[in-house]
Amino acid sequence: MRINSALLSGPALALPSNSRRRFVQGLAAGGVLAGAGASFAYPARSRDGGTATGSAPVLRGSEFDLVIAALPVNFTGKPRMATTVNGSIPAPTLRWREGDTVTIRVTNRLREHTSLHWHGIILPFEMDGVPGISFPGIAPGETFTYRFKVTQSGTYWYHSHSGMQEQTGVYGALVIEPAAGETIRADRDLVVQLSDWTDDDPMRVLSKLKTQGDVYNFNQPTVFDFFRDVSRDGLQSALERRKMWNEMRMSPTDLADLSSYVLTYLMNGTTPAGNWTGLFRPGERVRLRFINGAANTFYDVRIPGLELTVVQVDGVNVDPVTVDEFRFGPGETYDVLVNPKNDAYTIFAQAMERTGYARGTLATREGLSAPVPALDPPQWLDMADMMGAMGGGMEAMNHNGGHSTSSGSAPMSPGAHGGMSMDHSQHGSMRMNHDMAGSDAGTMARHARTEYGPSTDMRVDMPRTNLDDPGIGLRDNGRRVLTLADLHTIGGPIDPRGPEREVELHLTGNMERYTWSFDGLEFGRSTPVHFRYGERLRVILSNDTMMTHPMHLHGLWSELESADGRFQARRHTIPVQPAQRISFLVTADALGRWAWHCHLMLHMDAGMFREVVVA
Amino acid sequence: MKHKRTGLAAVAVAAALGLSAAATQAYAQSGHSAEQGQDHGTNAPKAGAVQHAGGMNHHTEAASAASPMGEMDHGSMQGGSAPPDARDPHEYSGGYARNAGKYALPPSQRLRMSDEHSFGSLLVNRLERVDGNGGNATAYEAQAWFGRTYDRLVIKAEGERARGELEHARTELLWSHAIANYWNTQLGLRYDSGMGPNREWLAIGVQGLAPYWFEVDATAYIGSNGRTALNFEAEYELLLTQRLILQPRIEVDLYGKRDEALDIGRGVSEGSLGLRLRYEITRQFAPYVGIEWATKFGQTADLARATDERTHDMRLVAGLQFWF
Repeated sequence: MRINSALLSGPALALPSNSRRRFVQGLAAGGVLAGAGASFAYPARSRDGGTATGSAPVLRGSEFDLVIAALPVNFTGKPRMATTVNGSIPAPTLRWREGDTVTIRVTNRLREHTSLHWHGIILPFEMDGVPGISFPGIAPGETFTYRFKVTQSGTYWYHSHSGMQEQTGVYGALVIEPAAGETIRADRDLVVQLSDWTDDDPMRVLSKLKTQGDVYNFNQPTVFDFFRDVSRDGLQSALERRKMWNEMRMSPTDLADLSSYVLTYLMNGTTPAGNWTGLFRPGERVRLRFINGAANTFYDVRIPGLELTVVQVDGVNVDPVTVDEFRFGPGETYDVLVNPKNDAYTIFAQAMERTGYARGTLATREGLSAPVPALDPPQWLDMADMMGAMGGGMEAMNHNGGHSTSSGSAPMSPGAHGGMSMDHSQHGSMRMNHDMAGSDAGTMARHARTEYGPSTDMRVDMPRTNLDDPGIGLRDNGRRVLTLADLHTIGGPIDPRGPEREVELHLTGNMERYTWSFDGLEFGRSTPVHFRYGERLRVILSNDTMMTHPMHLHGLWSELESADGRFQARRHTIPVQPAQRISFLVTADALGRWAWHCHLMLHMDAGMFREVVVA
Repeated sequence: MKHKRTGLAAVAVAAALGLSAAATQAYAQSGHSAEQGQDHGTNAPKAGAVQHAGGMNHHTEAASAASPMGEMDHGSMQGGSAPPDARDPHEYSGGYARNAGKYALPPSQRLRMSDEHSFGSLLVNRLERVDGNGGNATAYEAQAWFGRTYDRLVIKAEGERARGELEHARTELLWSHAIANYWNTQLGLRYDSGMGPNREWLAIGVQGLAPYWFEVDATAYIGSNGRTALNFEAEYELLLTQRLILQPRIEVDLYGKRDEALDIGRGVSEGSLGLRLRYEITRQFAPYVGIEWATKFGQTADLARATDERTHDMRLVAGLQFWF
């Protein structure tokens, strides 16, 4: 029995000072400074009927000219320079048609190299836009022409893959109309692109993290929290709760590297104070294309008063599932249908670590707003997040009363483990057995030999496989929250074959040194991962860290499996929770070299990045 | 590594000395870094004596709450050595290398992420006015590093200035190399200056974060004329609130040989125990006030008494902590 972690919730957030409150809210009129783009000649834009305040311009057709340039912006009261596409943040929404061959000429007016990567798009690898892997990048002053045939439809997005430009404004939505016509019925179609902005130079942000890994975490356990826990649960329990974290020198509040201390959360390029508004007519069924285009923020999205019917994930249609709330990380997209009855609803996207939110309004006319919910209190990571199946998955092991994180537990004798052998000499002979039907007891992880050095602060020996966990901060919150287990791609897998082999890689890092990697090896020390052209293989990712990582494999679909080996959903970006083991099948049908990385930009940059060779 | 921030009610400042033993032991058991490069040869890791030892012990209460051997209880989750059959992280490469072979871009266009870039930081841990029974002084302690994640150049400086003169200054130039998740070895030189003759030393030490968040720095020195020394420092950060932090600090110096010219005796020479309360106006800028007890021991105390110098001092301090 897992103790409702809400009962053991973490400390109350410090009240924000005036300057911090403005930081969270931003400037109402924040954005690219008016007139800043006047000196540039941009191609004609069209306004999409039904959108309003702050939405990016929409470009349609099959030929596009995009100019990447630096422009002044002001989101928080401090003017800064941003990198923009055609003078807007977000970049223009591109609307393509499946079956067309698109030509996109991208001109670089920055002083450094740039690139555009078409996130989730299947195309020749030279068009994928990753400097150093797909192409050399676009040099200052150069124009690069992307040209490829569009063979899919749905909601996607695009962004720079150079430097930190994804954080400083180069991101935009990509909507592809199905060739056979849209099967999702909606009267209104709105793009809701969530992102984040920092007034600091992102390289300075990384440098500060390398000096002090928790520099932006203002939610640390304090002495007063301890005394509060003692008075509520007793001394023994309070000590027990902290013991493991203190011994391991890890923080139970390490949910995100950044916070509202340094980030402003944006919805369609608009600050919470700016209140981006999506318009609809009464009685319409509205399709909201949610895109997480943030560089470093997981958002928990809900619309108080409205149910969300999820119909598409990562551009691929799924069996409709109705929820109140969903979480997604950078890179992921969710298309939901809503049937608004009132005049105004708040679209609320709180950051996973609960220090701020992005917000907009769905309304029948401009100028309306609905109440904005309070941020949920941040919670501590619990045993399942730390230890996987050995923590929260205990119920599968028939222990009476289960384990709680606080009360004194009877010592567990080795014999009580039943079928789970703790004999580690069997590492080598353990095979990933996906026929453990219905078992969430976890499978032994096979750590790489490079996970025992300074690059890795912890390892999870028995990760959990439960896809039905909504994640830290969303468990038992009284709302129906979407989980990976709820997603079922319509039409099944694209390849009926089972896997011919398995590869297992671990997500690793060291929070103190602020380094992130696969298998304890940062990108610079890594070798590529080779997929044979045409093969179908299983990829297992085992998360040996305390953070959730949205893992994005370029160029190939990741077909997520359930714990018992059945096809679940087709994804391009999969969030892997702490101490969780995710398994997906890949058909290596695209020749070339592809990037594979965590889509939290700072993690990617710190080294959680690999090159995949399909040949 | 910059100070880690966290809080635990049980402040065991006196345990700091005991922790030096724990720290050394924890370091020894946390295993040596497994092969890190792209060596495809066979690896012969150390016999995994420590890991998995207490795999499930963290659920028991048998392990005491403040066990300095905490590292052992989570042997399978932290530290340890790779078992002989550990997975080879390069086993899926199929012989491919980056920037060579099919579809690769040439090495001149290779992708370098921030793990291959150098960073740096300067921390001024103490810049304070000292008001003691033995007089007033200005004291400083700073540390700067430059380099990549595992190998860095480190400069440490600490000293005191009183009555218009530099009383003593200790400056170290070290090469820091990461050997375990929370530990670095440091090798370099130390230069002592100020009143009295200057001293140069070879420095070999270890710096890191021990269980329960104690920041530990222990260095051994070898000087000329058979001189040897040992310095031990430990710090702890107790969060009262997100911005108000109480920092107990202990430092001890030992010398292997009497150094009359500097009024240093053989054995445990000087120690100080400080308690500083700082308020972080920003993460990087924090004024503080504090109190510090400084003591001379043994032969050093005798030498002090012989020249009518104090052997115990209680000092009030006020200063700034900041970093870039």
